[in-house]
Amino acid sequence: MLLIACPWCGEREELEFHYGGQAHVGYPANPEGLTDSEWAEYLFVRDNPKGLFAERWSHAAGCRRWFNLIRHTVTHQILAVQSNRPVAAGQPKPVIP
Amino acid sequence: MSHQLPAHQLPEHPDWLWRTPDPKRSYDVIIVGAGGHGLATAYYLARNHGITNVAVLERGWLAGGNMARNTTIIRSNYLCEESAALYEHALKLWEVLPQELEYDFLFSQRGVLNLAHTLQDVREGTRRVNANRLGGVDAEWLDTDQVRAFCPIVNTSPDLRYPVLGATLQPRAGIAKHDHVAWALARRADEYGVDLIQGCEVTGFLRDGDRVTGVRTNRGPISAGRVALAAAGHSSVLADLAGLRLPVQSHPLQALVSELLEPVHPTVVMSNHVHVYVSQAHKGELVMGAGVDSYNGYGQRGSFHMIEHQMAAALELFPIFARAHVLRTWGGIVDVTPDASPIIGPTPIGNLYLNCGWGTGGFKATPASGWVYAHTIATGEPHPLAAPFGLERFTTGALIDEHGAAAVAH
Ligand SMILES: Cc1cc2nc3c(=O)[nH]c(=O)nc-3n(C[C@H](O)[C@H](O)[C@H](O)COP(=O)(O)OP(=O)(O)OC[C@H]3O[C@@H](n4cnc5c(N)ncnc54)[C@H](O)[C@@H]3O)c2cc1C
Ligand SMILES: [Zn+2]
Repeated sequence: MLLIACPWCGEREELEFHYGGQAHVGYPANPEGLTDSEWAEYLFVRDNPKGLFAERWSHAAGCRRWFNLIRHTVTHQILAVQSNRPVAAGQPKPVIP
Repeated sequence: MSHQLPAHQLPEHPDWLWRTPDPKRSYDVIIVGAGGHGLATAYYLARNHGITNVAVLERGWLAGGNMARNTTIIRSNYLCEESAALYEHALKLWEVLPQELEYDFLFSQRGVLNLAHTLQDVREGTRRVNANRLGGVDAEWLDTDQVRAFCPIVNTSPDLRYPVLGATLQPRAGIAKHDHVAWALARRADEYGVDLIQGCEVTGFLRDGDRVTGVRTNRGPISAGRVALAAAGHSSVLADLAGLRLPVQSHPLQALVSELLEPVHPTVVMSNHVHVYVSQAHKGELVMGAGVDSYNGYGQRGSFHMIEHQMAAALELFPIFARAHVLRTWGGIVDVTPDASPIIGPTPIGNLYLNCGWGTGGFKATPASGWVYAHTIATGEPHPLAAPFGLERFTTGALIDEHGAAAVAH
C-alpha cells in the first residue's frame, strides 16, 4: 500500500486516492490541425518508464483535489509531491511545468 | 543440527529438457523474451515454417515472468469477433498440444463460469453467450439453480449483497499447469535446434537506417534477420530502446494461493462484479486473483489492499473457504493497452516485430499467439487472425474494445 502525502491533507493511505496516469499531458493546442497519428499519440500513448515517473493522483476520498507526484515505478518510492495551487474564478489556469 | 544430505546422497538431477548454449553471432530470427509467447513463437517458427536458426533471449530464467505468475485460466468466450476467433484458435491448439508435445501439462477442461450479479451482468452475459454461439464458441447461460448444480460450493443465497443471478458457462474452458506448458514448448523448440539463452538481456538494437539488424545484449551484440519482441510487461522499455512509443502501460497484477486442500472446487469461477476469480490447482491450492493495481509499476509487487479486496469477495462467494489460509501472494507486470486487446504485427521499423499488450489475459492465448506471430515473422505479413490486432488500429480507430465489450479480465 502506498502512503501518499496529499499536499492539502498530509499522508494518507493509497486507498483514498484515484490514479490519473502520466502528468503534464496537455490538451492539443491546435486540435483541428492534428493528423490521425498525432491524435493517436494524444489519446492512447503515454510514457511507461521503468524508473521515475511524474504522475497525477486525486485525493478522491478526501479533499478531492488533483496533484502531481514523482514516483519510482520499481521501488514505489515517492520523491516529490507538487500541489497545483487552486485557481480563483476568472483567473487563467496555471501552466503545468 | 543440519539435516541436509551430502551432495552425493541427493537424488540425481532430472535430465535437463533443453541445452544451455552460448549465443551464436547471428541468427535468422531473434525472439526477445522466453515467456510462453516467445517459446510458442519459436516452436511454431520451426514446426510451421521450418525456420530453426532462431534464438530466444531471456534476461532472467526461462518462463520466470508472467508465465510463472499467472492463474492459468483458459477460455475463449470473448465478445468481439476478432478476439473470440483468436482465443478460440488457441483453445483448439490447447486441445491437441499435450499429445503433439508429448507432455501432459494437466490441461483440464473443467469449464469456466462468469457470474452475473446485476441486471446489467445478466444482459452482458446472455448477449455474450449468443455472440459466442454464432461464432462457433461453446457457451451456455445458467440460471441460479443451474449454477448451484454445476458448482455447489458457490453461495447462491439470495441474501448476498450481490446475489448470483446466473452465469455464463464455457464447458471447454479450464486451466493448465503453466510451468509445464513452458517446459513442454521449450523442450520441443530446443529439439528443433532453437537456442534458448537465459541470462541474456537485450539492452539495445543494432540499426541500419530505418531497420534493425540485430540486438545488443549483456553478452555482446548478436545480429539477426528479424527481431521479434515478446517481452510482456517490459515491452515499452524495449520499444523505447528502438525509438518506438507504444500505447501500453505496465501495471502490477497480483494473485495468491491457499494452502493445499482436498479437491473441493470442480470448476473455475470468475466474478467481474465483486471482482475475484477462483479455481483449485491439481495439487490442491485454491488459486485466486482479481484486477490490476491502478498505478504503473515494474516492481512485480502491488498493494495489499488489492489482496484484501479479492479475499473479501472470495469469502462472500465461497463461505466454505473462510478458514483457509493464504500461503503465498505474488505479482507480475502486465502490459495493458487502451482497448484491452493485444498488439501483434510488424512495426514502422524494418525487421522489428511486436507482440505485446496481452495484459491480464495472455496465458490462455499462448499457442495462438505463437502461431500467428510465427506466421507474421516468417512471411512479413500479419496472419489473418492477427491482422485486426496491428499497432495501426490506434491511428485508424478500429479498436477491439474488449474493455467496453465484456470487461471480463484474464
Ligand atoms: C498474477 C497474474 C495472473 C494472470 N492470470 C492469467 C490467467 O488466469 N489467464 C490468462 O490467460 N492470463 C493470465 N495472466 C496474463 C499472462 O500471464 C500474460 O499475458 C502472459 O504470460 C504474457 O506472455 P508471456 O508468457 O510471454 O510473458 P512473460 O512470461 O512475462 O515473458 C516475457 C519475458 O520477457 C523477458 N524480457 C523482458 N525484457 C527483456 C530484455 N530486455 N531482454 C531479454 N528478455 C527480456 C522477461 O524476463 C520475461 O521472461 C496473468 C498474469 C499475472 C501477472
Ligand atoms: Zn487531500
